[in-house]
Amino acid sequence: MTTPQSASRPASPPRVGLFVTCLVDAMRPSVGFAALKLLRDAGCRVEVPDAQTCCGQPAFNSGDTADAAVLARRFIESFEPYDYVVGPSGSCVGMTRAHYEEVLSNDPAWSERARRLGERTYELMSFLVDVMHYTPTDVKLDSSFTYHDSCSGLRELGVHDQPRALLDKVTGLTLKPLEGNDVCCGFGGTFCVKYPSISNAVVTEKAEAIERSGAQLLLGGDLGCLMNMSGKLKRQGSKVRSLHAAEVLAGMGNGPAIGEED
Amino acid sequence: MEIRSKEFKSRAVFAIHDASLQQAMGKARDGFVGKRAQQAAELPEFEALREEAKNLKNHILENLDHYLERYEDAVKRAGGHVHWARDAQEARAIILDICKRVNAKTITKGKSMVSEEIDLNEALIEHGMEVVETDLGEYIIQLANEPPSHIIAPAVHKTKNQVSDLFEAAHGGPRKTEVADLVNEARQVLREKYFRADVGITGGNFLIAETGSSMIVTNEGNGDLTQTLAKVHIVTSGIERVVPTLDDATLFLRLLARSATGQETETYTTISTGPRRATDLDGPEEYHVVLVDNGRSKMLAGHFRDMLRCIRCGACMNHCPVYGSVGGHAYGWVYPGPMGSVLTPLIKGLDNAYDLPNACTLNGRCASVCPVKIPLPDLLRELRHLQHQQELSPVMQRRALKAWRFVATRPKLYHAGEWIAVRVLKLLGRKGSIRRLPFAQAWTDVRDLPTPEGQTFLQRWQAQRGK
Repeated sequence: MTTPQSASRPASPPRVGLFVTCLVDAMRPSVGFAALKLLRDAGCRVEVPDAQTCCGQPAFNSGDTADAAVLARRFIESFEPYDYVVGPSGSCVGMTRAHYEEVLSNDPAWSERARRLGERTYELMSFLVDVMHYTPTDVKLDSSFTYHDSCSGLRELGVHDQPRALLDKVTGLTLKPLEGNDVCCGFGGTFCVKYPSISNAVVTEKAEAIERSGAQLLLGGDLGCLMNMSGKLKRQGSKVRSLHAAEVLAGMGNGPAIGEED
Repeated sequence: MEIRSKEFKSRAVFAIHDASLQQAMGKARDGFVGKRAQQAAELPEFEALREEAKNLKNHILENLDHYLERYEDAVKRAGGHVHWARDAQEARAIILDICKRVNAKTITKGKSMVSEEIDLNEALIEHGMEVVETDLGEYIIQLANEPPSHIIAPAVHKTKNQVSDLFEAAHGGPRKTEVADLVNEARQVLREKYFRADVGITGGNFLIAETGSSMIVTNEGNGDLTQTLAKVHIVTSGIERVVPTLDDATLFLRLLARSATGQETETYTTISTGPRRATDLDGPEEYHVVLVDNGRSKMLAGHFRDMLRCIRCGACMNHCPVYGSVGGHAYGWVYPGPMGSVLTPLIKGLDNAYDLPNACTLNGRCASVCPVKIPLPDLLRELRHLQHQQELSPVMQRRALKAWRFVATRPKLYHAGEWIAVRVLKLLGRKGSIRRLPFAQAWTDVRDLPTPEGQTFLQRWQAQRGK
């Protein structure tokens, strides 16, 4: 995968299908609403396909390509009507954009549909910057943050500069670099429960690096990774609060952080 | 060595709680990663070289038979011998035959992962020969009677203190504690062995088809002494290590040291072509190359050809969070880390190494630093696919995936089930988090689980639209 090309901004408001992702839908809808607000602010007409469930990544990464293919076809059918598909997760978008073609490679027609939809499917931060050329205005948050680059977004989709560019426009917010920002947090989907000791060793180191950054906030673009890191930080009694970057950009940075009471 | 990859999980837990291992690993990891990054940044064409190296390797693999035949002819022209070994047993037998024929008593060895792969040392020792590893790291683990834990830094899991202990026990006191003193002590012991050696065995980083040469790179010069001072030089190498020309080898040399140790170049790059000629001052009387297949031609023909591009630099393991946490021994065979997790099941059988392709977060950092761009996560996922097809994965996992697919293709059922799960989790939460959750202890034993907000996104969205 290459970094999405920076084209000129769509002339008329594009019709965007919001790919909520199953974790956001169940665990933290506020990330979905933050995405919705940002996409609207950026000038999109946003719709949310009701029938969306799971993109099939757990099956694909467990070697069950046949079941992943069933879910991939469903996903393609649900989202094909839109100009763009946008999701607040590099991992879920990576699955659809970088892997559906392979998942459906036994069927040339479906594989082609996967490829075409993949070209219009974006991770939220990269869509806002690379496609919509969006700049947040009037967002304030007096705090410091460090940023973890989730692996799929970073390496499958080239998401790195975009969230930083957006967060740079938040008044009062300063970046404190994270040592090993490109190192996996140890989540890895089902990996974290299949190999709990290793996952714990990796996230323990990540939590130490986050503490060393001296930031008040941990931000990222993937809820799975954020739940893993914030869960570790909370268990260790850390004061660092964790939020999805979209929440901060949508002006929800003072709301309850991940794992905090409403 | 006997494969122990089935014990991966327990060995991993053991490693995580081994304080001296963790100390040694932490130091090494930071060093390797930082130095590689600096080298990559300082060479503007580094990324272009990776692409070029990938393409050249693909071309070689496409024409492997041709280049191997050319290589064999060239070795013969230079007065050497080429032996073809289909598997580990054949390779051992060939080398044993040569050693017995020349009545070898002492055998020195440069670093060779292929010799580990074919269990060479055990076979030679069994036949009464003295085998001396001359690479410092290999020498250390030979004293410790352990397998390597890293393909280029075999003793990376050892602390300096442990090395002091080993040397004191093996060489007699006084105990040395400074690195320079330890290195000197090993050097003195080894020097004497070089001169006594009947056979010197090395690996081959590259085999040059145009000249019939073998090329090795080392930082200690031990390989040079091993291959020039013994009466017989035997090169052990996988069939995939051939490159067309010397010029081509330089492309890989530019990538190898930078990727491996973060050096511009290794200290010694040595080219051997045939036995000593009449005009040579020294060199071996016989020169043999043992080309080992051991599963490689099967990889060449199937889905895993990309793996044969590997130039054994170790960057993948240096950048792997799993390897960094558990070290090389947890993997249970000679090749650890991402490349080992692909090679081990392919060489030793999928069922003998179930965990290796699975114990990976698919974060892709390995592939992003691989000098020949091997798509390691894709290959690991492909191995999972084969394991799933052959029903080697846990039956509960396969059933759960089927059930998940069944539910996820029925949105109403899916959202109803999701709603129940969210309600239950909401009830179990205290102050926004769940500290202990039955059936999810793998998560909650070591970290909190956030309580869901309440309604799902789709419920709230539908309610808003209904207004």
